[in-house]
Amino acid sequence: MKDFLRRFARNRAALGGAVILLAVIAMALLAPVLYPGNPWDMVAEPFLAPGADPGYPLGSDMMGRDLAAGIFHGARVSLLVGIVATAVALLLGVSIGAVAGYFGGWVDDVLMRLTELFQTIPAFLFAIVLVAIFQPSVTTIVLAIGVVSWPPVARLTRGEFLSLRSREFVQACIAMGMGDLRIIVLHCLPNALAPIVVTGSLMVATAILTEAGLAFLGLGDPNVMSWGTIIGAGREVLRSAWYVCALPGIAILLTVLAINLFGEGVNDALNPKLKNR
Amino acid sequence: MPRLFGYLARRVLQAVPIVLGIAVFNFFLLHLAPGDAADVLAGEAGGASEEYLAQMKAKFGLDQPLYVQLGRYLANVASFDLGFSFRHNMAVTELIAGRLPATLLLMVMAVALAFVVGIVLGVTAARHVRKPIDSIVSIVALLAYATPIFWIGLMMILLFSVNLGWLPSGGMQTIGADLQGAAYVWDIAQHLVLPTLTLALFYLALYTRLMRASMLEVYGQDFVTTARAKGLDERRVAYRHVFRNAVLPMVTMLGLQVGSLLGGSVLVETVFGWPGLGRLAFEAVFQRDHNLLLGILLISSLLVVGVNVLVDLVYAKLDPRIELR
Repeated sequence: MKDFLRRFARNRAALGGAVILLAVIAMALLAPVLYPGNPWDMVAEPFLAPGADPGYPLGSDMMGRDLAAGIFHGARVSLLVGIVATAVALLLGVSIGAVAGYFGGWVDDVLMRLTELFQTIPAFLFAIVLVAIFQPSVTTIVLAIGVVSWPPVARLTRGEFLSLRSREFVQACIAMGMGDLRIIVLHCLPNALAPIVVTGSLMVATAILTEAGLAFLGLGDPNVMSWGTIIGAGREVLRSAWYVCALPGIAILLTVLAINLFGEGVNDALNPKLKNR
Repeated sequence: MPRLFGYLARRVLQAVPIVLGIAVFNFFLLHLAPGDAADVLAGEAGGASEEYLAQMKAKFGLDQPLYVQLGRYLANVASFDLGFSFRHNMAVTELIAGRLPATLLLMVMAVALAFVVGIVLGVTAARHVRKPIDSIVSIVALLAYATPIFWIGLMMILLFSVNLGWLPSGGMQTIGADLQGAAYVWDIAQHLVLPTLTLALFYLALYTRLMRASMLEVYGQDFVTTARAKGLDERRVAYRHVFRNAVLPMVTMLGLQVGSLLGGSVLVETVFGWPGLGRLAFEAVFQRDHNLLLGILLISSLLVVGVNVLVDLVYAKLDPRIELR
């Protein structure tokens, strides 16, 4: 762990990512304190340019909604959806991959066919269909993103479990008469965790982009403020008030960039030998 | 040639269960959706009597048991009948066929651009690893990799259409211009530039990163050392020995990205009003045209299966060590 932290701290890009990420997390946590009102409320004069009114540092949109409040509250939604959707995808992917890799045989065949099926359906289009059919809400968005993103996790976990299955310590557990579930959860899983954690951290970035895309298309939860929703609405006034679209986009870009840098930093620190990739 | 034919036949057979699975899956999604076609139509007409509703349900076969409906749906799919879009008053297959060429044009152009430029940048970065040029390419790729595709599209409209006025901001051709021949092609080409750049950007970043990593991996292998030891210059080593081996994983990646490209084109087509499949999907969402939406999902999945067979064929052609099985 100490080695890991030392290697991570030496990686400037990863450290930069961690700093931006902490800032976004702070924004999400401070949103209800700094902007206690509803971010949908029309509080200011419409079309205030950023900096024009010190009370509204990032300006206001065409309805007079405070953009800074929208961006702070948007950070909550983006991080929440990104993290929970990834957790759903990891739960599905790890369970399916672990069972397939551990048991092998026909179980593996059936589960891998299922994985292939889900991998063939275009993910973003599939997410659109799911959210459109089950009505947009934070829950359906999280579940839809989770359902479309588990296949790579399942493949990764299966690969890890296939090789762990033949290792001596697992064979020893089987010989001792330990239950399958116990072997899977307590003995195989901890040894397969490192690559799963790395994949998971990078998946949060993809999930945030997917949520933003859905919200941009008008498939966001109508009750919460999301960065994608602001861009989607601001599109109509792109010519007169470009900053309504530009600012939330920069927030998405920085958040996704930070998560990618952080995830890759974790990966490099875990596998120091693969530094060049 | 007969081997190729046998391989193709086998691949098509392997694809059957996947397509069948997706069709069954589609059917259940359609059924989970609140309200069936008859309800939607009745709602449209501002309410309908019980008898009329029952009559409509009978007409669409919605009063039959589920397994009968499933059987009928699958039989229809097998004969390329994906149902009827009541919004457009057209068969779903006909609608999709009309919109597919625009999407394919956009996708092919974007992939070609991303592939070629990605290879060039990746090779350049790998040949100058840890020099300033490598850092610049890597940073740009990192940024492009994190950029929301619809946002960069809007920013390009802002810069190139609104501010500079160089390129049209949307659509596929100038409305009402009624151009012929070369002028027509030039008009479409101008409309194609921004959507292609937007869709290509993410994949450009991906291919650049992948190509760089792949080149560096091959550089570490023994045969490269041998090539250098026998006195070949760096240029020749890079292009004749390393590049040829490093490009193979890129082809695999191409097949894996088709589905994601289709998703990306929904966003790009919505931003630029490009009249393709993605835009059709977007319209279907807001017209609650589930039949059409699921038809698009099915056809897109078929496209993914098809392109992957194609990629395998190309792969075997590029790498004689790989046999088609």
